[in-house]
Amino acid sequence: MSCVETIQAYALRSIGIGERLLPRSDFTLCEQFTLIGSGLLWNIYFGVLALCFGFFMAITVAMAKAAPNRWVRKPAEWFIFIFRGSPLFIQFFLAYETFVMLPKLGFDLNLGFTEITVETRWLTRAWAGALIVLFLNTAAYAGEIFYGALRTIPKGDMEAADAYGFSGWTKFRKITFPTMLRLAWPSYTNEAIFLFHATTLVYFSGFPAWQQRGDALYYASYFADKTFNPFIPYPILAGYFILLTLCVIGIFGLVNTRLNRHLPQERRQKLRVRPQVIR
Amino acid sequence: MAFYASFGTVMLLLAVTAPAALLFGFGGAVAARSHFAPLRWFGKGYTAVVRGVPDIAFFLFFVIALDQAFEWLRHQVKCPDWDMPVRQGSDFVVCAAAKLPLSSSPQWVHEVYGFAIAVLTFAIVFGAFAANVLYGAMRAVPRAQTETAEAYGLSRRQTFWRILVPQMWVYALPGLSNLWMILIKATPLLFLLGVEDIVYWARELGGSKTQVYSYPHPDWRLYYFLALLVFYLALTRVSEVVLTRLTNRLSRGQATVAGEAQRRAA
Repeated sequence: MSCVETIQAYALRSIGIGERLLPRSDFTLCEQFTLIGSGLLWNIYFGVLALCFGFFMAITVAMAKAAPNRWVRKPAEWFIFIFRGSPLFIQFFLAYETFVMLPKLGFDLNLGFTEITVETRWLTRAWAGALIVLFLNTAAYAGEIFYGALRTIPKGDMEAADAYGFSGWTKFRKITFPTMLRLAWPSYTNEAIFLFHATTLVYFSGFPAWQQRGDALYYASYFADKTFNPFIPYPILAGYFILLTLCVIGIFGLVNTRLNRHLPQERRQKLRVRPQVIR
Repeated sequence: MAFYASFGTVMLLLAVTAPAALLFGFGGAVAARSHFAPLRWFGKGYTAVVRGVPDIAFFLFFVIALDQAFEWLRHQVKCPDWDMPVRQGSDFVVCAAAKLPLSSSPQWVHEVYGFAIAVLTFAIVFGAFAANVLYGAMRAVPRAQTETAEAYGLSRRQTFWRILVPQMWVYALPGLSNLWMILIKATPLLFLLGVEDIVYWARELGGSKTQVYSYPHPDWRLYYFLALLVFYLALTRVSEVVLTRLTNRLSRGQATVAGEAQRRAA
């Protein structure tokens, strides 16, 4: 099989399009590059969706944690503590077992006038179940980051807002929120990188890779198992992830310049990337 | 019983890995500061590569890579007159005397070997993070301190060991405590390295039937994992409290804001 044919057969293998059988012997470099790259689609899927949904949840959590009312504050504090204090790996296992325990075929929800059958089976699939875990996890981590930023907003800014007669929603939207986002952005970039790295855990926890549609690390370890040679698939994976990280840094850097556009050049916050890999 | 012992495994791993990673980190930081260029490149490259790639990929990679590296070295030493290539297609073949652990050795040797490889892997990965923290901490020690040492006529080596190293810890502590938290949360990954740790036993004991036994109870894995979750939450919480105390203790008498605040309060 030539390389072009390999790409045609396996480029979308991870989402179920193309050849069904994975190559079994005589692995070429091209096959490894294509399959690991196709697995990367899942990493991007998990990362992007969890970040998008998690962003809003994180802001809510941060606001709740900063709230003066303790009935609002305590749940947010516990949420952050539980998701930041325990390993993601255990969270995946726990979530998977919970979803499996839910009745297999769905249960009937009686709404009085009509009955709805709630299908719960899809939760045990990685695309939904793992996404929920990652979403909650990133919401907790980012919530803590935003909470920290919320507390470091300069006092003068808020006083100025009061002096100009801002209050309530307008004050939040025009002053608090943009400043918080600006202060939190460098750490949030790290969190994003970190989340993309964490997506590799999905298929190594409880969630099974259905029909061998796995993520990049799943295929890389498949090759390493079959060839007993770790020196080819893992560096390929590493290369892909470095590219992905560079993309994330690029995109977040653009947002960062936009958030800081009103500041004089020398006071702008530089994006310092210090990824911490494990959560 | 083995389930409870596996908590010990996790604690042992933490206890062994933390100093080992610190040692690797110290080496890496010293290498990155070196005046000898290749050594400096090595130190910087080490931290840069490990930090840019998902850790789990490293865990999977190093376990096989280290194992093969050891076997290959022993192969070179013990069987010099072996004429076949080591890699035959998709097999990795070394002579029987070079197998590690020897196929004739008892079960516990295999287990200890697996654990040792896991510790080494953890130390390599976390050493890179520690190297980064320590490198930053060494640069954070005020320049005036080392200048004073030079003025007193201390040599480079003396300045390093007597001035820089004792003072850097307070700067390194926030980073190191963060790293400790991350290390705690990385321990369940032991399961992937093939060590029979708590995740393994939670899966085995919780399931209603395994390869070996069939338990009378239904699927209890959920409760086992819940217990693990609580265990880890307690562990992180306790370390958080201890580390805060340690930071306070170390800040005493240091030329930092925290140290100054303590002096005023006293």
